[in-house]
Amino acid sequence: MGNNAQSGKLPALVPGLASALVWGAGQLINRQAGKAAFFFAFFAGLVGWEIASGNYYAGMEFTPRSNGGFFVKGLWGLFTLGTQSRQMTLTGLTEGDNSVTLLASGLIALLVLALLAVVWIWGVRDAAAYRAALNLGGARESSAAYYRRLWDSAFAYIMLSPGLVLVVFMSVLPVLFVILVAFTNYNRDNLPPKNLVEWVGFDNFGAILSGSAWTDTFLGVLTWTFVFALLTTVASYALGFFQAVLLANKKVRFPRVWRSIFLLPWAVPAIVSALVFRSMFNGQFGPISQWLVDVGLTDERIYWFTDASNPNLARAVVLLINLWLTFPFFMALVGGVLTNIDASYYEAARMDGASAFQQLRHITLPVVHKTVAPLLILSFVSSFNNFGVVYFLTEGGPDNADYRFAGSTDLLVTWLFKLTFETQLYNIGAVMSLFIFLIVGTISVWNLNRSKAIREL
Amino acid sequence: MTAKTAERPAPSGTATTPHRRKAPRGEGLTTVLIHLELLVVAAVVVFPLLWVVGASLSPGDGLGEVSPFPSEATIDHYADLFTETDYGRWYLNSLYVAVFNMVGSVVLAAICGYVFSRVKFKGRKAGLLSILILQMFPAFLAAIAVYMLFLNFGLLDSLTGLALVSIAGALPYNIWLMKGYTDNLPASLDEAAAIDGAGRLTIFARIILPLMRPMLTFVAITQFTLPWMDFILPRLVLQSAEKQTVALGLFNMISSEYANSYTTFAAGAVVLALPITILYIVLQRYLVTGASAGAEKG
Repeated sequence: MGNNAQSGKLPALVPGLASALVWGAGQLINRQAGKAAFFFAFFAGLVGWEIASGNYYAGMEFTPRSNGGFFVKGLWGLFTLGTQSRQMTLTGLTEGDNSVTLLASGLIALLVLALLAVVWIWGVRDAAAYRAALNLGGARESSAAYYRRLWDSAFAYIMLSPGLVLVVFMSVLPVLFVILVAFTNYNRDNLPPKNLVEWVGFDNFGAILSGSAWTDTFLGVLTWTFVFALLTTVASYALGFFQAVLLANKKVRFPRVWRSIFLLPWAVPAIVSALVFRSMFNGQFGPISQWLVDVGLTDERIYWFTDASNPNLARAVVLLINLWLTFPFFMALVGGVLTNIDASYYEAARMDGASAFQQLRHITLPVVHKTVAPLLILSFVSSFNNFGVVYFLTEGGPDNADYRFAGSTDLLVTWLFKLTFETQLYNIGAVMSLFIFLIVGTISVWNLNRSKAIREL
Repeated sequence: MTAKTAERPAPSGTATTPHRRKAPRGEGLTTVLIHLELLVVAAVVVFPLLWVVGASLSPGDGLGEVSPFPSEATIDHYADLFTETDYGRWYLNSLYVAVFNMVGSVVLAAICGYVFSRVKFKGRKAGLLSILILQMFPAFLAAIAVYMLFLNFGLLDSLTGLALVSIAGALPYNIWLMKGYTDNLPASLDEAAAIDGAGRLTIFARIILPLMRPMLTFVAITQFTLPWMDFILPRLVLQSAEKQTVALGLFNMISSEYANSYTTFAAGAVVLALPITILYIVLQRYLVTGASAGAEKG
């Protein structure tokens, strides 16, 4: 093929532009049929999808709302959230726009386009770069050879693509969706398809922060969530540490048996334990109230989780039960560290006449703490987001008249769950999600900056 | 003085002690006190579990009638579970999601962890950082978005959809875990194999993958057990009666028909908890090391 070598060289821009207009055309000009087919397949898929899902041959004036396909209508919907609500006419209900479906499909269309844009840029650059290399006297390369080279140079991207696609559509998409919903008025008063949902800017944020009942609820629940997470972390670490140190004592008979028993709360699925505790602490029929009455410690049954006059009782019981659930993990962890502490440390300390307590304070504690510290933050964050314990035990109760849709033991996440699932205040729920994300994210980033993992990337 | 020495944490205390020296007087008291404490904690730990087992064997139905040591034990409630309720179907549903979730997570985490650890490519650092940020967005919050999305697309009620969301939700964390673990495998192994002419896929499958086994076991166990206990995502995504998972079914049993089927609930709880508990106790070493390794890497 001598045409490019002798006669006028084709500027690299030409195949590049060709590929930009019709994907793969540049590769065809470069006489790489295999590559051309590859890029064109994406192009055909994109156009075919749009036309097949749209209404392009209706013969009427083109509007994105009635004629657009998946992509055109999707982007239109993302910006407008629909323009016509459902109306009653002589012939019955007209079909209105479903704003939330439009929002979600628009987002999906946008993400698909973003992924396809990567292929498009790759095609354009490839066509231009290959031609430029030819013009400089580079050798021709068959498509097959290119694919072999690609397998080597793009190995990482090829291997990561299934995971990437899954994460984009199952994690990134929901996150983006929540962010968008936080700026709309999508709630029970505005449910599509009956009504149109609109963009409302920062109104929802204002509602939560502007000193209404929402603010009180938010601050109250936030405080309790912090207290819950902090006390859980500190208490379970302390108790776990104590039990591990006891078990490491040489005087203990059958340490393995004890250890396995203490590990049971960690091994039993939390949902089962929590539901069992819920029934044990049931006010009316539960055995604990009954036992207290039988023994004579209380005159009447105690309604642990439903007594609105005594919210702190419910909170204390929740904390204790959560301690039961969480200390074994720390015990196992600390136990593992203890077995790895060099015995010579203790020998040396004893030679110097250190007491047992001094050894504990100056050898055991620092060594253990160094290993366990990162986990404390992790434990704090996971307690912060602990949905199960509170929801299964108390369902947020006892009721709190000062709060909006929250009980006295509700954590941010359980409140959020109620807002979304039970009261359909999707927009407020979305704002709360962003707040929680900010709080948890800040703590995690702070923790990460202190660890070495990030510098070793 | 002697009493204090007793509290000294022995460096390798959990290991068996072959030579137990005769304790001087006074140390005996500490030994008794230590065992007393262990006994009290053990009682607190075991009692609720014993109680639910007892409840599952108690005759009658209501919560008020059960006792931890029923005098006339019956296994009727276990039979009821499979004849009167849809427990068998819930169990199969959970099993399906669990297996799907485990296989998908292990495969994707192994591949992505290997690539992020061993291959240098453009966007690697950005990729790892964005994964990290995604991981901070609690899966729980994404669940609510998934619910809204599925609701509007008629995708609710799909067990496969549930499994896919679970895989994606845990993937960022699992990738970090596998990447951190692979980082610690000596690079000389790869290099030697590469000199012998092995391709990257061969190196991955033949050399790295077998070495990843401890951490893959951890991912496999956690991802297999997660769907059995997961509540919120299934609650949001699954609606119809025949698509419920065990956790959902149990919760409904206890929160709706509270008074009249408590013993059956207890039986269901025991059947759910037993295999997982045994698995955890047997594999405790893997699980604890795996969890602490995850924390060190973020």
